[in-house]
Amino acid sequence: MTMELDVFVGNTTIMDEEVYQLWLDGYTVNDAVKVRMDGGVMEECEASADVLLSDTMDQYRTFQMCERLLHSPSKLGNQLLFQIPPHRQAMLIERYYTFDDAFVREVLGKKLSKGTKKDLDDIGAKTGVTLKSCRRQFDNFKRVFKVVEELKGPLVENIRHHFLLSDKLARDYAAIVFFANNRFETGKRKLQYLTFQDFAFCAGQLISNWTVGAVGEPADHQRSFRFYMDVDLDKEFLQELKELKVLITDKDLLDQHKSLVCTALRGKTKAFNEMETNFKNLSRGLVNIAAKLTNTKDVRDFFIDLVEKFIEPCRSDRWTAADIRLYLTHYNNSAHILDTFKHQVVWDRYMGVVKSCIFKMYHD
Amino acid sequence: MPGKLKAKIVAGRHLPVMDRASDLTDAFVEVKFGNTTFKTDVCHKSLNPQWNSEWFKFEVDDEDLQDEPLQVTVLDHDTYSANDAIGKVYIDIDPLLCSEAASVISGWFPIYDTIHGIRGEINVLVKVELFNDLNRFRQSSCGVKFFCTTSIPRCYRAVMVHGFVEELVVNEDPEYQWIDRIRTPRASNEARQRLISLMSGELQRKIGLKVLEMGGNAVVGYLQCFDLEGESGLVVRAIGTACTLDKLSSGSAPNTNTHMHPNTAPASNACNSPSKDGKEPVFGEDLTSSSGPPTPFRALPTTSSSPPPFSPSKPCSRQSSSSDTDLSLTPKTGKNTCFFYLQEFPFFTLTSFPPGFLVHVGGVVSARSVKLLDRIHNPDEPETRDAWWEEIRQEIKSHAKALGCHAVVGYSESTSICEEVCILSASGTAAILNPRYMREGCLDIGITDHRLFEEPSPPSCGFCHIPYDELNMPFPAQLTYCYLCRRQKVPDVLFTTIDLPPEAAVTGKGCLIQARLCRLKKKAQGEVNATAISNLLPFMEYELHTQLMNKLKLRSMNSLFGLHIQISVGENMLLGLASATGVYLTALPAPGGIQIAGKTPGELSNEHHILTIQKRINDTIAKNKELYQINPPELTEEVVGSPIPEPRQRSRLFRSHSESSDEVSELDLSHGKKDAFVLEIDDTDAVEDIHSLLTDAPTPTGFYSCNTEIMPGINNWTSGVQMFTSVRVFRLSNANLTNQGLNKIFTDLCENLLKSFYFKLRSMIPCCLCQLNFTVAVPEEELIQVTVTAVAMTFDKDQTQEKTADKPPTKGGSETEEQLQFPLELCADSSSANCQPTSKISGTASVDYGSFADRCSTWLELLRLKAHTMRRGSVKTISSLERCSPLPEGRSRSLRSSRSFGGSSVTVVKMTPLSFLPGTRIIKYLGIINMFFIRETTSLREEGGVSGFLHTFIAEVFSMVRAHVAALGGNAVVSYSMKECMLMENPNKNQAQCLINVSGDAVICVRETDQEPTPSTTNIGHTSASATDEAT
Repeated sequence: MTMELDVFVGNTTIMDEEVYQLWLDGYTVNDAVKVRMDGGVMEECEASADVLLSDTMDQYRTFQMCERLLHSPSKLGNQLLFQIPPHRQAMLIERYYTFDDAFVREVLGKKLSKGTKKDLDDIGAKTGVTLKSCRRQFDNFKRVFKVVEELKGPLVENIRHHFLLSDKLARDYAAIVFFANNRFETGKRKLQYLTFQDFAFCAGQLISNWTVGAVGEPADHQRSFRFYMDVDLDKEFLQELKELKVLITDKDLLDQHKSLVCTALRGKTKAFNEMETNFKNLSRGLVNIAAKLTNTKDVRDFFIDLVEKFIEPCRSDRWTAADIRLYLTHYNNSAHILDTFKHQVVWDRYMGVVKSCIFKMYHD
Repeated sequence: MPGKLKAKIVAGRHLPVMDRASDLTDAFVEVKFGNTTFKTDVCHKSLNPQWNSEWFKFEVDDEDLQDEPLQVTVLDHDTYSANDAIGKVYIDIDPLLCSEAASVISGWFPIYDTIHGIRGEINVLVKVELFNDLNRFRQSSCGVKFFCTTSIPRCYRAVMVHGFVEELVVNEDPEYQWIDRIRTPRASNEARQRLISLMSGELQRKIGLKVLEMGGNAVVGYLQCFDLEGESGLVVRAIGTACTLDKLSSGSAPNTNTHMHPNTAPASNACNSPSKDGKEPVFGEDLTSSSGPPTPFRALPTTSSSPPPFSPSKPCSRQSSSSDTDLSLTPKTGKNTCFFYLQEFPFFTLTSFPPGFLVHVGGVVSARSVKLLDRIHNPDEPETRDAWWEEIRQEIKSHAKALGCHAVVGYSESTSICEEVCILSASGTAAILNPRYMREGCLDIGITDHRLFEEPSPPSCGFCHIPYDELNMPFPAQLTYCYLCRRQKVPDVLFTTIDLPPEAAVTGKGCLIQARLCRLKKKAQGEVNATAISNLLPFMEYELHTQLMNKLKLRSMNSLFGLHIQISVGENMLLGLASATGVYLTALPAPGGIQIAGKTPGELSNEHHILTIQKRINDTIAKNKELYQINPPELTEEVVGSPIPEPRQRSRLFRSHSESSDEVSELDLSHGKKDAFVLEIDDTDAVEDIHSLLTDAPTPTGFYSCNTEIMPGINNWTSGVQMFTSVRVFRLSNANLTNQGLNKIFTDLCENLLKSFYFKLRSMIPCCLCQLNFTVAVPEEELIQVTVTAVAMTFDKDQTQEKTADKPPTKGGSETEEQLQFPLELCADSSSANCQPTSKISGTASVDYGSFADRCSTWLELLRLKAHTMRRGSVKTISSLERCSPLPEGRSRSLRSSRSFGGSSVTVVKMTPLSFLPGTRIIKYLGIINMFFIRETTSLREEGGVSGFLHTFIAEVFSMVRAHVAALGGNAVVSYSMKECMLMENPNKNQAQCLINVSGDAVICVRETDQEPTPSTTNIGHTSASATDEAT
């Protein structure tokens, strides 16, 4: 029985989480009905296909009407049109902003522009995410980016307050915004093995250690808002990183560093020989990455550099994750003992992040 | 000069972008009352303007205060061209005129535009200072309380019931004035909304005056309706029951154990029922003249040996009794002298009564008449319409008298209009009432009528005892001695329009019973058309009645409550829909089965066929008995007849038999078993009937449904409540449909709707759909529209049947159930319950429940945290919303922060068509809500088609009702109903228009466990009102 008109409106808005998910995933009404039928709702309460169709249509309409509010979640709480219990509101928002890791992996670090949006159908085809869902996710990234781009204060907090997201999701969005803003390269073949969560972790590290906001209260001259933010890397810090070059340019220092590390490592790992032979190479790699970060181009290549200069050599020598941990810890700590090396603070700030990034990125 | 109205415009939020260039809006507000207008400053470039205006003061007559709404218009300032309207808010200030209702209106109102819908919100404060008026000849009636609720409102006591009040006002419909051709649709819609608002104000004031004249102070069961008569005008009419009510102090609130008598049904829906009269509706000059009963009835073979109280053959006797007497209410028997000689119409719109009020019930009485509309020439003298209703009421009165009754309860009126033809219907239940509650004038009757009160009948069965004299039965009915008290006679079947009296003895559970019918009619004009309709009506009523009877028997029940029969007229068809709640009254005899009889017994195949059907019917009856738990104590017929009757009575019984018409005795003889109900299969029609009888899908496990306030047999409600409205329109595609085809379509439409509800509400199981109110209409030639409003309520399954549902288990139920449904209400409720020692003592808080509450409170905590951080830097007014303003009634106690994102709050407002909310106690009535909205679109496709358009509109209407209730300080609407939902569409032009009228009572309710409505210990109170944003 097809109806000319068929609506059902409850005083408390009725929403089925399963249907909401289907809607978010970009299913058409008919496909959603099929999925629901296969899911066995019908037996559960003696419903017919007609009933299911009518219910699905109603819910889809409700979601469409809500969508406008979901774009600025704080409105959902004080709008009067729908009476939705607070925990349901939270669910609606959280799910609306949840994204597919496979999808985000594809756009991570890309410019959130019209151009990228045009490629969404390709990405959709590649990741198996429907175009509709791709668009929603992409628009979410863009919307969040636009709102927090110009805001002062901690990025994660800003996202959480403006979009009322859970801490976890807010952190993920912070990562996406951070990557998009700095345009980190993540798409190269060598980086394909890394998941979004790997990158999100690294982004978290960078945000909390390498941005201006990370240092705490800004100096007075930085008060103008463009500075006091953690969307951008701390320019001064990047300048200071150049000083680390001494570790590889000064022959004495390099040798001293090597011997300190080797002494500490001896007998503690099977890969000791490889570590000893590769020390200079690896150290040059890491310090060079640091020294080049003043160039925007090299910032973009930060992750690919880490993989090429450090992770790949280690992997070809079959280091275990424990080996990496051991090596980097001593590599970092030994620098403190070098009496002629004066840049301990910068070194720690740099190595702290690099260390944890490499730990995360090194898959056995 | 007896009143000063003060209004203050505080702020706006979420305004639409009016200036494309800046993506902002320069908003200002016009506040208008009567002919006075004030303006706020323009708040430049903001979508969340803060006007914080001065107090605008209007000095006005209280007459105007009652009639006029306060009109708040939000506009966008434009330096070079005309200012653009953003939208309007109409605020009815009536609740402020009554000292016992609200004292201030304050809160966020959706800004509504008839073309664009809701566009942002505005925060408004309204107060009224009334001066005493000593003028005896005043035209206002401030202070008279109005209630939609059709029972004595909780927290009041009826000192006296004065009786029926009615009034109607007419006007030209702005939509049909010449000026409409040159003005915009928006202007036209607004003119119409405003006019109807004015007219309902005027109507209410006039009814109030009548009540004051009668010495009352309140109108209960107030039912207001609009008749959009098109060219001929606009009629707003209302009926109600005048009462003198006493407010009970909150401590001594009467037994509000809603589980025990959740009695009243706002059966306000103008209903019409066929019932007692197969009266032939006529039209023209002598419209309601009682012409002879439609002859076909007698001849119909299906008339059983035990005709129901309003069986088709009844009209004869009614006719005879009424034709020769005047219309005074002295029943022919002379036994019950009239209590009500002072009153023209002893009608009561109530459907539920204080214990002892209702003495006997006679049966349903109804009257219909078909009228041709003509232009109302003089709006100030609406005599024609008055006369029409007068005729109908007289007829109802005479019907009641014929049933030996002096009053009509559960009374309602309705119309159905198609082009220039209008069907007026009225129906009610004939009854005998206890004069104790009546005006002084009635008291002297007591002497003449001790029979009734000397020996009061037991409350559990008294109302079933026949009010009429068995010697002069108004219709041939099968009488037996009451199965409970065995002292007085009861009919075999009882149909009523009222709710089941709470004290009635019931076996098993009840269920919704519907009879549905379509009849094609030829398209015609004027009188020909009216005649055609008049001729069809009796057949329809008869068939609906037969269907009801069959379905009742099939469910093994013997009485109907809340019977509501609607007949809707379209250009080429008539639709009839009868809804009622079937019940097995213990006092009445068990219904006989249904017997199938073939016309041509000779044919073998036929015989076999009949046997199969018979078997199916018997199986269904058996299944239903089980489903509805109908296991009456087995009684043999002998027991019933023999023991008590004195010889005199017995002889009388015999005599009455011998007196009954030949036909009846013939029928009696022809079917051996006394109360078997015989269906004859003689043609395809009958086969269809039987099929439709058997195809009604049973309600799924865990669900019950009824159209009364409460489900007979369920007493332990828990607090899950979901009110909903559903609309479906079906387009008949096939041009040459038969009656049967149409019936099938119509039946499927209704059945599918019910199935849909069961599916959507499955998470509430076990649950009951109460007050299922179906309205049918034929908006256009090929369209059938069905509108349903109902409430789903959860109940505790483990604790069925016990009539005396004690409190502790109920509470327990409410908690367990809360986990299942409506976390919104739940959050609040459960957390408040959590901090109530009482609920803990009851020992029902389960582990799950605890953890759930925890989870909730963490959420609340979290949200509040967010609210706080968000509010940094926000404006003063908004932050003041957070301030708790402790009001004595507990309205401040609330979880405003629990729902607040972004520093403001939205009060949870529950809505229900019932007169109560389970698990709560109403502590204050804040006034009547009566709102009328028009919505129009010229971009139907863009708004998601008709469904999208209507979905949005209904959601908008709900939100506006909630906002008004919250602004009055309330947290719930009871006795809510959608009186009108009229949709006109033109998909080709991409246009649609819809009119909706809703009403209800705004209330403050608190959880039943709260002994005193004092603020509870935590900041998370329950859902009581919070919107008293005392933003100063």
